[in-house]
Amino acid sequence: MTARIGVVTFPGSLDDQDAARAIGLGGATPVALWHANADLYGVDAVILPGGFSYGDYLRCGAIARFSAVMESVAKAAGDGLPVLGICNGFQTLCEAHLLPGALTRNQNLHFRNRAQWLRVESTSTVWTSGLTQGQEILIPLKSGEGCYVADASTLDALEAEGRVVARYTRDNPNGSQRDIAAVRNEAGNVVGIMPHPEHAVEALTGPSTDGLGFFTSVVAHLGAVV
Amino acid sequence: MSTTPADETSELSLRYHEGPDTVAWALETSDDDQPYAQLGLRDDEYAKIRQILGRRPTQSELAMYSIMWSEHCSYKSSKVHLRQFAEKAPSSDRLLAGMGENAGVVKISDDLAVTFKVESHNHPSFVEPYQGAATGVGGIVRDILAMGARPIAVMDPLRFGAAEHPDTARVLPGIVAGIGGYGNCLGLPNIGGELVFDPCYQGNPLVNALCIGVLPADRLQRKEADGPGNIVVLMGAKTGRDGIGGVSVLASATFDDESEHRRPSVQVGDPFTEKLLIEACLELYDRQLIVGVQDLGGAGLTCALTETSAAAGTGMRIDLNAVPLREPSMEPHEVLASESQERMLLIVAPDRLAEVLTVAKKWGVIATPIGRVTPAAEPETGRLIVTWNGEVVVDVPPESLADDGPVYNRPMREPGDLILLQADRAETLPRPKTPDELRETLLRLAASPNLCDKTWVTEQYDRYVQGNTVLAQPEDAGVLRLDDHSGLGIALSTDGNGRYARLDPGEGAKLALAEAYRNVATTGAVPVAVTNCLNFGSPEDPAVMWQFAEAVRGLADGCAELGIPVTGGNVSFYNSTGAAAINPTPVVGVLGVIGDVANRVPMGVRQDGDILVLLGETREEISGSEWAWVTHGHLGGRPPKVNLVRERILANVLTSAAKLGHLSAAHDVSEGGLAQTLVECCTRQDTGVTVALPDDLDAFVALFSETTARALVAVPRKHEKAFQALCREHGLPQTTIGVVDAQQRALEVRGQFTIPLDELKAAWSGTLPALFAAGDAAGAADATVAPGSATDPE
Repeated sequence: MTARIGVVTFPGSLDDQDAARAIGLGGATPVALWHANADLYGVDAVILPGGFSYGDYLRCGAIARFSAVMESVAKAAGDGLPVLGICNGFQTLCEAHLLPGALTRNQNLHFRNRAQWLRVESTSTVWTSGLTQGQEILIPLKSGEGCYVADASTLDALEAEGRVVARYTRDNPNGSQRDIAAVRNEAGNVVGIMPHPEHAVEALTGPSTDGLGFFTSVVAHLGAVV
Repeated sequence: MSTTPADETSELSLRYHEGPDTVAWALETSDDDQPYAQLGLRDDEYAKIRQILGRRPTQSELAMYSIMWSEHCSYKSSKVHLRQFAEKAPSSDRLLAGMGENAGVVKISDDLAVTFKVESHNHPSFVEPYQGAATGVGGIVRDILAMGARPIAVMDPLRFGAAEHPDTARVLPGIVAGIGGYGNCLGLPNIGGELVFDPCYQGNPLVNALCIGVLPADRLQRKEADGPGNIVVLMGAKTGRDGIGGVSVLASATFDDESEHRRPSVQVGDPFTEKLLIEACLELYDRQLIVGVQDLGGAGLTCALTETSAAAGTGMRIDLNAVPLREPSMEPHEVLASESQERMLLIVAPDRLAEVLTVAKKWGVIATPIGRVTPAAEPETGRLIVTWNGEVVVDVPPESLADDGPVYNRPMREPGDLILLQADRAETLPRPKTPDELRETLLRLAASPNLCDKTWVTEQYDRYVQGNTVLAQPEDAGVLRLDDHSGLGIALSTDGNGRYARLDPGEGAKLALAEAYRNVATTGAVPVAVTNCLNFGSPEDPAVMWQFAEAVRGLADGCAELGIPVTGGNVSFYNSTGAAAINPTPVVGVLGVIGDVANRVPMGVRQDGDILVLLGETREEISGSEWAWVTHGHLGGRPPKVNLVRERILANVLTSAAKLGHLSAAHDVSEGGLAQTLVECCTRQDTGVTVALPDDLDAFVALFSETTARALVAVPRKHEKAFQALCREHGLPQTTIGVVDAQQRALEVRGQFTIPLDELKAAWSGTLPALFAAGDAAGAADATVAPGSATDPE
């Protein structure tokens, strides 16, 4: 039996179908989850997709954080459920305090969409275990509020504990502190990433297929566990 | 303090002391003066309204006629010319819906259809750049949605004044941010468009927005308000005072000093609501819960109510008090005229109403029954009757607003300066001769605002969302996958050259068509249908009207010759500042179909050793060129000659070769000539080439002439013979001019000059950031990689 990975659709979610496609290409079965329904239907992992949940009104992810499904996700994450927040999903995980720090307006003030080089910094997460430490990957970035910030002690702790999962390399597109593009929680089951690995899974539509590793990593992890 | 349109209409209401003007009151006071001229109506038009109604119109009715009979809604000056698109249209069994619908619908397989349309939002975007551009996107998306389609991509042909003019720095960043802000939030990839600078657009930038959608062929929706007794439901945002008089005041009059005070006529967009509206509508369509649907755009409820009932030959009884309002103090004529965004009108059978309201609630969208469809027979006799506080404020035959507006055969005269302008040929201008001069000219053109790298703009748009973007700007055409399994896809390009059209509007329109057609074929897709946005000055100026008539004739003839029908479009008049009209600017969009997107051909060369073949013939055609403008500030002579027979042959060769895998890259030759084509082919994948110009041509002409029906292709060596045979078979002239040289990372024109790619890229990509990114803190982008261009990370 293949792993079942849930994708939450909030009002305003945009990359939910793309995440579902990537899950399929990664070898698992996507399961649609709905923001107003707290039931996770026993999925083995959850992805919070990109988009503008609730119009990103107030702050990005600030309203999504209070949705019914997020209560279940937060609880399950505490119990070790693998959770990946992409872009708006990363913002939501920060708002929900499942990850430290916050995503703020890009330093150049503009929405920026580009194929972005990242360096993989940590493979001790269920989402990056199949990648190689130090590997450079090319993943689409598309966001207006992707500038990662946290206070100095938090950043120092993230570095010391190896919780920076990926950094921007060659160029910092949004002014993120210490070039941080992705972080994880202490346990390594919750990862937030600003660029979109689900848009780098097919040579035809992506700048690379480097994103597939995130999905095959969690599938391998789940296969080993299940 | 100047008078805004909102003020004008409020003054109106003060004339009636007993609250809103009613039909009963109008009958009693039929001789009262009415301020119809302030609302843009002519004496004879007002007289016709009185004749239709047999009394003076109420204030609400007057507002409705003034907007529905405005140039923008009624096409009163353009109608007599636009008929040619239908009359001359080549027969096509693909067309499911054509001119006159919200958007044309083209069948592309047994069960899939595509709908696409381009529209202008020029004046609102000048007055309030961000919201004007954002709501331009929102409006065209609802047109596509109304046909039953899921919107899947947008494109934005943009034109601004001189790049270095201070006002361009005011409007451009806002317009770009508005297009991005709205489209990105809807999850629509932006796959192409244009960015053109010319001083003629200084006081009147052009913001055209194109949307494309896909639908199962049997999900096509109708706008007809059929079935007396059916319920009229308004779904989406609440109605506010924004955008009142947008179509009559902003879109149907020339700009003047008052224009800055017209900001209240610009609508304000909320893309989040539109996203929910899209999902709600699609669920209603899929569950077959509605009878008819119409979007609310220009002219708001007035347009939607009259068009849906007129189309069905029915009437309606509407209780305006039921319309959810943002401001409770709104008066009936304001509710009817409001252009508040993100609203759709649904026609629903009574037994489906509860389900419709449940779907709306699921998506968090307000849906409200506001009336019912009435029969054409007695006693209602197919009239649109609107009540407010129990009193009738509107009682009109809907077709008198929707279909029977005035039609004008405006006087036309060739512009007085055209003969002199055409005699002033650019072929006589001093030219670069030495290799150094040619090298410098190439770099100068590559760095010029119209030819330079547009990344600073396009990186503000999401091109990846929905995961089906196979090619996006700066490729020749945007290419989208529609079917994961078969690989069936579509290609789309928009083009237009106002300078060519200024020199010859008829040929200019054909040139726009030819370029868009060629661009689509260059990616490997077969062109099948056309949309257009005709941006012109005031129709009351006979010279402009002549340009318009010529352009329509040229485009209709061109489509007939290429065998692809016009499926819809939009006319934008009054693009002028004071007496100075813009260059006539027909923007043409061409849709193509590609059987398997895996066969698409990108523009960037990358494979070492591939041979470079120039397809077509090069003549000395310098007039109207980018070179003449950039180096001499010159516009004169005649534009390049159109050769649609040759364009067809070229397209056939390109699409056949793509299918057979003969091409590793292809790029059309247009503005800037072969020189610019080489620049773009090299910079795209950061790969060099070595070329030798043909011996029989002057080097300057070979590099900078803008002769049409040409393309540069890269052919892997093992395909060389087969490809050359294919060209011969079609009778297409071909010249092998060089080879892809991945080692040397330079553009080398043998015997002339060599430009290292780093130097070329620095010149090409520095222009827009230097002009518009003054406030940007983060470094300039260096992203030349795009969808469909998967590169080896090494």
